[in-house]
Amino acid sequence: MKVIGSRLALQAILAIALSAAGRADGADRGYSRGSLHAKIEYCTLCHGLSGQGYRGFVPIPRLAGQQPEYFENQLRAFVEGRRQNRYMSNAARGLSAATRAAIAEHFSGLHARPWGGAPRGLVATGKRIYQDGDPETNVPACMACHGPDAKGQDAIPRLAGQLPDYIFNKLVNWSRERGQDPANPDVSAVMLPTSHNLTRSQISAIAAYLSYQP
Amino acid sequence: MMKLIRSKIAVVALVASAIPALADDLSSAATRNCTWCHGTSAQGYANAPRLAAQRQQYILNQLLGFRTHARDNPFSKQYMWGAAANLSLARAHALASYFSTLPPRAANDGHRDLAAAGRALYEDGDPDSNTVACSVCHGPSGEGIGGIPRLGGLSYDYLKRKLRQWGEGYHAAAEPPMPLIARKLSPDEIEVIASYLSFVK
Repeated sequence: MKVIGSRLALQAILAIALSAAGRADGADRGYSRGSLHAKIEYCTLCHGLSGQGYRGFVPIPRLAGQQPEYFENQLRAFVEGRRQNRYMSNAARGLSAATRAAIAEHFSGLHARPWGGAPRGLVATGKRIYQDGDPETNVPACMACHGPDAKGQDAIPRLAGQLPDYIFNKLVNWSRERGQDPANPDVSAVMLPTSHNLTRSQISAIAAYLSYQP
Repeated sequence: MMKLIRSKIAVVALVASAIPALADDLSSAATRNCTWCHGTSAQGYANAPRLAAQRQQYILNQLLGFRTHARDNPFSKQYMWGAAANLSLARAHALASYFSTLPPRAANDGHRDLAAAGRALYEDGDPDSNTVACSVCHGPSGEGIGGIPRLGGLSYDYLKRKLRQWGEGYHAAAEPPMPLIARKLSPDEIEVIASYLSFVK
């Protein structure tokens, strides 16, 4: 009886200790494992199971391998109205900072094949502009910030393997979509002159080049 | 001399009239086979959905999906597997093209009082319940694009059944994401979305 009693007591202590640790862990994280899993699944319904993107009515961007700092900044920008997007300003609602960070970390670790699909004939021109810029039109080399492999760093996004029509749309619409809160200017302003100076055919070429980058 | 030319012209005319111009001939046998169930103006009838104004690429993908048995719900199995089994690719293309050009009529058979809620869910989704906005892929007015089908004006009964079937584990011709999405919809969400869409022109 004594042995059974002490074994039961030990199990009881272990159970309480483990469950307490679980509760404290969840509270520290700022989300529960279940709700994070559900939220990530929700993201993948549009952005693809591997975060590879999807061509819906509008091109839905690839998230796989995206820079976490950039990712988190965009989620905040959508909700704060600094970045305009009729779908994302709603979809990104109600996320805690910890959840945003966890989602960003999840997608940054995913791998997907580059989307490609752009006209191959544009790639050479796009590569030249990406690597050398275009001094005639005051366009700096994209590579200088986005990196020679177009994987970005910190707050500068990865572009490699992105949907070409997504890149095209964002560059063409930059001033209409980013930095939309004049009271809170953000880092997206750094792309204003470049996106303005690039011609549409140059944008098409860059987008084509990037879509094939691994 | 003139008699010979006239008779030759008559022969050519006879032969030409025997070749069915499939894409625009409502009386061709292949088209009649479809409209037998889908309605003479392809607006749909009972369990058979409207084909009029449906996306050409989508129709083609479904015909191929019936051939490969990818699309496996009970009605597909009972009717469409047989119907599509002997379709040549050229004929499938022609049928898809033909039906995509027919003018649609909205089914208007949903619950009117649920339409407003359905519209909100269709256009914006609901992040609190992790419900995606259908409009991201199916377009702001349910028009679809490419291989993504037009939903506007389809029958409430048909839409409801499809969404439920995917929740029950039946497959779509194009997977993912629709079975995944439909599995997560609550019965109430299915009711309001299907109702709203049935009224969309």
